[in-house]
Amino acid sequence: MKILLKAKNLSKEYVKTTGFFSRTRTSIKALDNLSINIKKGITLAVVGESGSGKSTLAKSLIRLIELDKGSITFKERNMRTISGDELKVTRKNIQMIFQDPYASLNPRMKIIKIMEEPLKIHGIGNSKTQYSKILSMIKRVGLEEDDLLKYPHQFSGGQRQRIGIARALILEPELVICDEPVSALDVSVQAQIIQLLKSLQKEFGLTYLFITHDLRIVRHIANEVIVMKDGKLIEQGKTDIIFNSPKTKYTKELLASIPGNLLKRK
Amino acid sequence: MKNSILEINNLKVFPNNNSKLKLVKNISLKLKKGKTTCIVGESGSGKSLTALSVMQLLSSQLDMSGSIVFEGVNLVNLTKEEVRRRRGNDIAMIFQEPMTSLNPVLTIGYQIEEAIRVHENLIKTELNKRVEELLSIVGIPKDRINSYPDELSGGQRQRVMIAMAISCSPKLLIADEPTTALDVTVQAQILNLLNDLKLKFEMTMLFITHDFGVVEDIADEVAVMYQGEIVEQGTVLNVLKNPKHPYTKALLDCVPDPYGKKDLNPIDYSALKRAMSLIDK
Repeated sequence: MKILLKAKNLSKEYVKTTGFFSRTRTSIKALDNLSINIKKGITLAVVGESGSGKSTLAKSLIRLIELDKGSITFKERNMRTISGDELKVTRKNIQMIFQDPYASLNPRMKIIKIMEEPLKIHGIGNSKTQYSKILSMIKRVGLEEDDLLKYPHQFSGGQRQRIGIARALILEPELVICDEPVSALDVSVQAQIIQLLKSLQKEFGLTYLFITHDLRIVRHIANEVIVMKDGKLIEQGKTDIIFNSPKTKYTKELLASIPGNLLKRK
Repeated sequence: MKNSILEINNLKVFPNNNSKLKLVKNISLKLKKGKTTCIVGESGSGKSLTALSVMQLLSSQLDMSGSIVFEGVNLVNLTKEEVRRRRGNDIAMIFQEPMTSLNPVLTIGYQIEEAIRVHENLIKTELNKRVEELLSIVGIPKDRINSYPDELSGGQRQRVMIAMAISCSPKLLIADEPTTALDVTVQAQILNLLNDLKLKFEMTMLFITHDFGVVEDIADEVAVMYQGEIVEQGTVLNVLKNPKHPYTKALLDCVPDPYGKKDLNPIDYSALKRAMSLIDK
């Protein structure tokens, strides 16, 4: 299978200075020599507790965070050295869906504006073709034309996440980084969003990097899994294999903390 | 019933400017002493309103009717002062987001101490001893007593909330989605802690959640709420293994299955409506 993104030896250290005249320095390794390959067309899940560095990984891949060390190659381009137009084009190809749809949509913009912005920035189409593009995308994620004239606060959490997804997909990216996209949602809404993401993947041939702390969801969406702890890669493999025969103690611990093990244990 | 500690009878909750709109529609529920009862439902099902009614903490824009009988006393008929004395002392509550319930400018030691001081007259050294004791029960190192909430992790903050809630050994603990904002591993720890405390202090728990996985881990009894009504209730084994109501079945179907044997099915609300109208007939 073709490799879409290759990340090698990623390292990122956060230094905190405390004490009198900031003389005490403590550092936290958010990424510690981490390497991953993302194959085209699959869903790769990154699992770990808070503080494991999974969000730092996601942000560093689209250069929202500058790394200390390491290389990222996306479609034969070196992500760490490109700039200007080349970076802009590459970023169009990698889009992100965030955990908190409340916080990631501008409350003072109507949905139509929120959806138009990425198209305008990247200079895609004229106002007429932009509108028809937006309309078909918003319908595809399960909303109506009338919804385009509303503000984010007029929607429920699940609907806002649908808007977040539509905004990410309007630029027709190849890789979509989903940073805990369903963690803030009710189970019933969670199921809807996961099914939506799966059907969009099929339709547009998307590749997902799916970040989550909930292993139950991984089982339903991912082909491959990476387990992270303290910025390090603990274990990786096909989803079935990780679930059925985890090798490391830490992965076993994570699997044991899945809620709802009671009846099966009895 | 002798072994029930709390009885909710014909509870209705409605906005005080529109009494026809029922947010909670005539529900009745008995909590068995020493057991954990889970109310499960989606957002908007009225589960949190039910919990707040028990605590008599409904927003001033809402009204309720019906009775909340705690150990033979109808809380609805009590004065504000009498309710306040029971709150914290007999009935305590923990919430979903511990950061918003803790005061950011006071140390956690002070806040736990305050919870005790409101209800008991203790001298300073005894108070200190109690706070340290409580911290060790909930698993926070003693030296964190002077920490501020922002210096703690989400799980630790929830532990502080639990320490405050159990500080006066309440008979009933109401937990409104206490683990929803937490990581799965931390969630497992908090659920274990609550379970241990329930057994140790013979507490009764009313636990609110939207996640059937959590229900499976913590509940003895389950009540499923949908659109302001309890559509099904029973023991955890009965409800999970033989769900009778179409809504319970639908909600169980959208819980992701870690064993990968079951498909993930979002609720089909129109099919559900049809199934429910058949029951009504």
